[in-house]
Amino acid sequence: MAFGIAMLVVFLATITTAAVVDGFVPPSHVQSIDPAKVSQTPPFDKPGLHKLADGTYEAYYVAHIFAFEPHHLVIPAGAKVTFYVTSTDVVHGFSIPETGVNTMVEPGWVSTVSHTFDKPGTYLLVCNEYCGIAHHTMADSVEVK
Amino acid sequence: MIAEKAKTSAEFQARFTVAKENLLVLAHIYTATAALTLGALFGLLQGFSRANWIVIPPEFDYYRILTAHGVLMALVFTTFFITGIMTFATYRSIPRVRSVKLGWIGYSVMLFGTVMATIAIVSGNATVLYTFYAPLKAHPSFYFGGTFLIAGTWFVAADVFLNVRYWMKNNPKTRIPLPAFLSATTFVMWCIATIGVVLEMLLLIPWSLGWTSGIDVGLTRMLFWYFGHPLVYFWIMGAYLIWYTVVPTTYKGTVFSDALTRLSFVLLLLLSTPVGIHHQFLDPGISAGWKWLHALNTYAVVIPSFMTAFAVFASFEIAARKQGRRGFAQVVGGLPWGNPVFTGPALGMLLFIFGGFGGVVNTSYSMDVLVHNTMWIVGHFHVTVGGPVALSFIGAAYGLVPALTGRKLFAPKLALAQTYMWFVGMMLMSTSMHIAGLLGSPRRTSDVTYFGAQGAQSWHPEMVTAAIGGTLLFISILMFVVVAVGTRFRNEQAGEAPQFSFAPVDEDAGETPPALDKLVQWGALAIGLAVLAYIGPIHDQLSQPHFLAPGLRTW
Repeated sequence: MAFGIAMLVVFLATITTAAVVDGFVPPSHVQSIDPAKVSQTPPFDKPGLHKLADGTYEAYYVAHIFAFEPHHLVIPAGAKVTFYVTSTDVVHGFSIPETGVNTMVEPGWVSTVSHTFDKPGTYLLVCNEYCGIAHHTMADSVEVK
Repeated sequence: MIAEKAKTSAEFQARFTVAKENLLVLAHIYTATAALTLGALFGLLQGFSRANWIVIPPEFDYYRILTAHGVLMALVFTTFFITGIMTFATYRSIPRVRSVKLGWIGYSVMLFGTVMATIAIVSGNATVLYTFYAPLKAHPSFYFGGTFLIAGTWFVAADVFLNVRYWMKNNPKTRIPLPAFLSATTFVMWCIATIGVVLEMLLLIPWSLGWTSGIDVGLTRMLFWYFGHPLVYFWIMGAYLIWYTVVPTTYKGTVFSDALTRLSFVLLLLLSTPVGIHHQFLDPGISAGWKWLHALNTYAVVIPSFMTAFAVFASFEIAARKQGRRGFAQVVGGLPWGNPVFTGPALGMLLFIFGGFGGVVNTSYSMDVLVHNTMWIVGHFHVTVGGPVALSFIGAAYGLVPALTGRKLFAPKLALAQTYMWFVGMMLMSTSMHIAGLLGSPRRTSDVTYFGAQGAQSWHPEMVTAAIGGTLLFISILMFVVVAVGTRFRNEQAGEAPQFSFAPVDEDAGETPPALDKLVQWGALAIGLAVLAYIGPIHDQLSQPHFLAPGLRTW
């Protein structure tokens, strides 16, 4: 039992150090947006990939039943991409399996998550929160080349 | 002739009349069994659908079945069993002439709510899953049904509290009997936790009726998980009650320590609620600090589970030593592995080792990103609620039903085989679900092929293994139903009326500090901790600029 409690302390210290030193925290940017006006709110009016001055990228995504916009995003290999995702209707998920890109997408909020895509290939992007009758068809692809 | 007939009738009456208290407990247990059976059938269909063995027709679609499975298993089966066994534990350990009116009112309200919500789901008007996340908008009867189910449990809680108060009044110098104390502590926790979901219903009901135009998505999610995690501990406390007070009776053992048992339940009362945000680590509208605080609290609630694991094994060892058995092999080997009342909970304990490991991963803040909303989570809660909780309930039922009805357990060998089969099925199903989750497979989807996408191909073999495990589980549940129904209707009276008594406390256990019995004060402290953990997040939720969502029916 003492060992178990010691392990808990070690785990807590690890995640806290990772959070404070490396900024390794779950998506928590607390940025709101009017879900009825997403299509008129820049930059969500033009979903897609934008290159920033420092060489990193921003990808703006809109989730709605039962699709993501943009379709088939193409990312240069080695690019660091920050995804900004919001929903116009119900709760969705935004997950690129095996990359660590994973967040809830809720109407009224912008979810933010970053990832550096080193390995070229075609990645699957799926909605991983139930959103309605055709939820299992809500998927897209992200190509790294 | 007439006299003879009268005699037979009287004999029949004497043999098969079940005492009124027992009838109430049996009603809870058999209702739980009915929910388990229907829920299992739906679960089987889901497993087959995800393995691509069948295509579920759109007329009775996958997500309707998934909603029914979640509600019937997580909310109805567990709750009815716990209200049943806690009522039993209270009635049996506090002897008095009592009215069971309050208990029956509670049962009836629960049943009414269950039927109402089930009709809403099965008719396709509430395909919102058991978490009913807004702005998915179900028919009002779904939300009303859920509220009645919860409100009914409050009557059961009140019945338990009144019995405990009666004991305290009439036995001021004696401790509250352990099983009654554990039941009352569980219900104090439950009453505090259910306030969250009832507040959520008070937002959802007027919205679903069209009286309000929008719903606060972030607030409803937070209120749901304020309730959703202590719900898990409600299940666990039901299982722990069995582990501490029922399991030792199967090997002539004792409760290792009265004080430790009470302390672990008091800790569960205090720590179960201020942890819910660990289900919302990936919610964009909650700041990182609150998430960290709830991760910390969740680590703390692991401690009473360590205490329980330690105490359960200590009880095994003390009994073994009294019988002259020493060493791990003799202690474990000498346990009653041929008695389903033991093997159910004991195999459940083994499964809980995996559940505990996975749980610590889930609450580890940034690590949750890797598993959130994947099949890993589904594997985790099946190996917890479907492992230690369900198997302990089923094992206990094998002991309780004969004791409550005076009948012989029907087909005891089938009952024994059932517990082992469950274990094998659950190991197969939950392990493959965990692996699929690590490979990124999403949960809550009818089909994971994604039109043959390359990234999804590694998931299929795991889904096939899960479906095989699920099939074993389904057969196991059918075996349980045969035993449960057979015991009741075969009417085979036991030669000697089966007795049931809770395990006594070990004679070497120390004195229990009287402060542990101060349930009102512990309850007040638990409310204080819940307020401290949630006042900041809820204040932020309400004060930061945010928008209401109108709501949709997307099925």
